[in-house]
Amino acid sequence: MEIDPFIFRLSIFILSIFIGYYVVWSVTPSLHTPLMSVTNAISSVIIVGAIIAGLSGNSQSIFNTSSIFGFLAISLAAINIFGGFLVTQRMLQMYKKKKKDK
Amino acid sequence: MSANLSAIFYLISGILFILALRGLSSPETSRQGNFFGILGMVIAITVTFLSIGSYSSGFIYVLIFLLIGGLIGAFIAYKIPMTAMPELVAGFHSLVGLAAVFVAISAFLNPEAFNLGSSGDVKIASLIEMSIGAAIGAITFSGSIIAFLKLRGIMSGSPITFKGQHYINLLLGITIIVLIFYLCNTQSESFFWRLIGISFLLGLLLIIPIGGADMPVVISMLNSYSGWAAAGIGFTLENSALIITGALVGSSGAILSYIMCKGMNRSFFNVILGGFGAIDQTSSSKGKEQKPFKSGNAEDAAFLMKNASSVIIVPGYGMAVAQAQHALREMVDTLKKNDIKVSYAIHPVAGRMPGHMNVLLAEANVPYDEVFELDEINNDFANTDVAFVIGANDVTNPIAKTDPKSPIYGMPVLDVEKCKSVLFVKRSLSPGYAGIDNELFYRDNTLMLFADAKKMTEEIVKNLD
Repeated sequence: MEIDPFIFRLSIFILSIFIGYYVVWSVTPSLHTPLMSVTNAISSVIIVGAIIAGLSGNSQSIFNTSSIFGFLAISLAAINIFGGFLVTQRMLQMYKKKKKDK
Repeated sequence: MSANLSAIFYLISGILFILALRGLSSPETSRQGNFFGILGMVIAITVTFLSIGSYSSGFIYVLIFLLIGGLIGAFIAYKIPMTAMPELVAGFHSLVGLAAVFVAISAFLNPEAFNLGSSGDVKIASLIEMSIGAAIGAITFSGSIIAFLKLRGIMSGSPITFKGQHYINLLLGITIIVLIFYLCNTQSESFFWRLIGISFLLGLLLIIPIGGADMPVVISMLNSYSGWAAAGIGFTLENSALIITGALVGSSGAILSYIMCKGMNRSFFNVILGGFGAIDQTSSSKGKEQKPFKSGNAEDAAFLMKNASSVIIVPGYGMAVAQAQHALREMVDTLKKNDIKVSYAIHPVAGRMPGHMNVLLAEANVPYDEVFELDEINNDFANTDVAFVIGANDVTNPIAKTDPKSPIYGMPVLDVEKCKSVLFVKRSLSPGYAGIDNELFYRDNTLMLFADAKKMTEEIVKNLD
């Protein structure tokens, strides 16, 4: 009997939860805010679905209900991707060690 | 690009996202981690473009919408002040949720484009996956909007409760499941829209009973939800990058919520069911005569600290509200010039989101190796001369250790009372969020400094010179 591909995806999902569990426990508490903003940015990889949705129209009608939702989702996800990574970068730049001149 | 090849690239971008989180285990590796995250995102987007192959005229619109979103995002990221970080994160969560809803709607309306069967005959498994994604996405969206409004101060931070609230939520939850069932049976569009509508409503109702100081839990929880929504969509799209990321973000948010609940010694359900502090407030804080306390001014505080050899700073939400972090750093610099040892003690739930205080101190150029967590520093209070509590209250209340009847009993607190003297910068004697009096205020070794945190700190700096 063949294994349903769903089972493989479920395996990836469950193993990733375990990876997430161990990786996140090792995050230092002082970086919990950047952790939230970076998880925000990476969960916007949902843009992949949005792009497929946006390109779902054919060349005669680029805009149909389905593709318009796709285009809107592209913009929403893009706000998160750029905003999330850049604000994380900005925060991480501030975490510095003791300056030597003191 | 073949489907197999793109699946491998999606896997690579998933791994890069794991490395991005891994990098956050220390500030030195964190910037590299963020770079991995960006790289993973670039790979995922590029592969999607390449795998679609046909460059129809729709392509240009994808780029336009991407650019619009990107510009808005970049603008926000550069302009936002660090004190507004909690509401920014809440706002970003709402966008992830809404994007998940939109993608699910799009997939439902045009399943052919996603290889999910044809309209009106969508694969049952895909229908369940996209309904779960859409429902969690909608809850995340409306819940985060409420959290955003509360954090921004547009909506009152106090819990809004009404009778039968939890039953209504339960009913809505059951309705969502029933709707998914009917949707699968009938493939009818109307059930899909109803499902999304009810999920939006549930999101609103879930967050309104939760008060301002419980926001660290709420934000982490919504963070987790946004991950599960992404994973749900990932299953629909059969995309491993989305599944991996969704699982990572989902467990990350869940762990943060757990840490936050532990920091308050409350169960997750206790926080989510809300209304904390709204019930006991009257019984414990009113109807008592005023106890004597000592209050002082900046000069007294400066004198005490100048003659100390060690000082521990305990910041709280009040510091964020007053934006006192820069003034505080200045004060600490002056103290250090006088050879006084200074460190910072941070309670896990200080502020409005996990790590809130750390970011503000980092913004004020406080080196992170002077900032300590509760368990790292709690034993040091006994050997310290002065504790400078700025904008914190409940997290220092010794009643949590002594009175089993107190609502915060068992909550881990900072042992500031063990210091030789305690300076409390606060606007008034009013109780903190938990609605209970802090007996520290009335101790002999406590000096109350009634003022705005920033003004008081600036005054102290002047007096130190």
